[in-house]
Amino acid sequence: MTGDVAVLGAGMHPWGKWGRGFTDYGVAAARAALTDAGLHWSAIPSVVGANTVRGGYPGQVAGATFARALGARGARVLSVYAACASGAHAIAAARAQILAGLCEVVLVVGADAAPKGFFAPAGGERPEDPDWLRFRLLGATNPAYFALYARRRMALFGDTPEDFALVKVKNAIAGAANPYARYRTPVSAAEVAASPLVADPLRLLDICATSDGGAALVLSSLDFARRHGAGRPVRIRAVSTVTPEYPQPALDLPDIATDSAAALPPAPRSFRESIAGAAYEEAGIGPEDLSLAEVYDLSTALELQWYEDLGLCAPGEAAALLRTGATGPGGRIPVNPSGGLASFGEAVPAQAIAQVCELTWQLRGQADRRQVPGARTGITANQGLFGHGSAVVAVR
Amino acid sequence: MARTRTPVVSGWFTEHPATEADFHLIGTRCRTCAAVFFPREDTCCRNPRCAGTELTGVALSRRGRVWSYTDGRYRPPAPYPSDPLLPWRPYTLVAVELAAERMVVLGQGAPGVTPADLRVGREMEVVPGVLYEDAERTWTTWHWRPVGWDRG
Repeated sequence: MTGDVAVLGAGMHPWGKWGRGFTDYGVAAARAALTDAGLHWSAIPSVVGANTVRGGYPGQVAGATFARALGARGARVLSVYAACASGAHAIAAARAQILAGLCEVVLVVGADAAPKGFFAPAGGERPEDPDWLRFRLLGATNPAYFALYARRRMALFGDTPEDFALVKVKNAIAGAANPYARYRTPVSAAEVAASPLVADPLRLLDICATSDGGAALVLSSLDFARRHGAGRPVRIRAVSTVTPEYPQPALDLPDIATDSAAALPPAPRSFRESIAGAAYEEAGIGPEDLSLAEVYDLSTALELQWYEDLGLCAPGEAAALLRTGATGPGGRIPVNPSGGLASFGEAVPAQAIAQVCELTWQLRGQADRRQVPGARTGITANQGLFGHGSAVVAVR
Repeated sequence: MARTRTPVVSGWFTEHPATEADFHLIGTRCRTCAAVFFPREDTCCRNPRCAGTELTGVALSRRGRVWSYTDGRYRPPAPYPSDPLLPWRPYTLVAVELAAERMVVLGQGAPGVTPADLRVGREMEVVPGVLYEDAERTWTTWHWRPVGWDRG
């Protein structure tokens, strides 16, 4: 397929709370990805950085910061910001450069050093910013929105807090086998139930933490990969970065209200469904073709939502699918074999890149104890503030 | 000690309602396609099939039904106004679906309303509320309260 780009290298710095600047994690991940690709930094004509934004302003612009730390030598540089989808937008930009013929190889890097506790907007009086307003007027933190979705699922579909806890139990088992995960100990359903309520009905262990971490990819044209001796590389076949379609009837971060569907009927697909749908259409595949999925489990309940939005099951059947073990290790369609955000915590601009690193290792058969046997096709799914989301399809 | 009553954001709700029944959230409606927006859009209609630029204020329905709800067990970060020296008291957040507008509007629950008082589908009404008070001002906002709520 002419739209494919090759993944020559993948690299990560372990997630955690390491107390250093994001540059260190990004450079470590970049060097690991370059080593994995068998390429030296001096052979890379282009670098795309996914910006970290602290205080609403990308003070250290990512692409240039990584290029300088690696040794600035006149490479093409680009930096992108798209909230939680920043990493995927960086991949999309790199892929576009390759497919347009601007350059044959691109290094993509994302890294973050996250503060402890709730994410908060930038300071000052900014009443024109919906993100500032939802904190100012309502104190509506990110977990508050996750909890609204979780409660809605309980009311509509009969999901229970025990179902949500089972997602954490499953992902903790997977994360325990991942050397890059921050949390690598098994968690029991009783431990989830005993953790403090943060936003009813979600408890501390239902909600992903904020972490330090870095992830990087070396992407190239298929022709370059062939000349470089990469016989059968993992290939990225689709990158979806679509916006929501108006009007969206479900409340979304950071909005205080939804669109009104009074003048125009609701869009046929929810935002998350359209993120996945655009990726499937671009790749020419469907959910039945997947070997695995890495989804953005900002909360346990959101992982269940993704099962439905990815078409792994019908609406309302995610908890039943989970209980059959289909999405766990050895199941029909393992979800988050990396351990997911439950085991990593979110390092915002690195996270969507880390999802693709996991796909790469799984499709190469290099995922060690968490390997999905015979994995051939994988998808990532991610969503962030202000109508940003992404899905990446990779095949081998 | 008389504080000035000041809306925490201007133009989003009735500022000086004579009675609770006069209190409304205020959005805007596109004069071209009739799409409704809250928070208000004042310059451009967001309907992608419409190029409308004239939007006029419209009072939203006072009543709707619970779409979902939660609470905040931990103190949110700034800019939420909260005195860190005082013990944290959880508040309730309610997302209410307005039938006529076919939209969901988030708000805090009225004082005393907890998740135990709510269920998805329960009828709610919008009422004037106070977000916080400082030395000079009482900052006003909107709250959601169950219809027929016992105010005791």
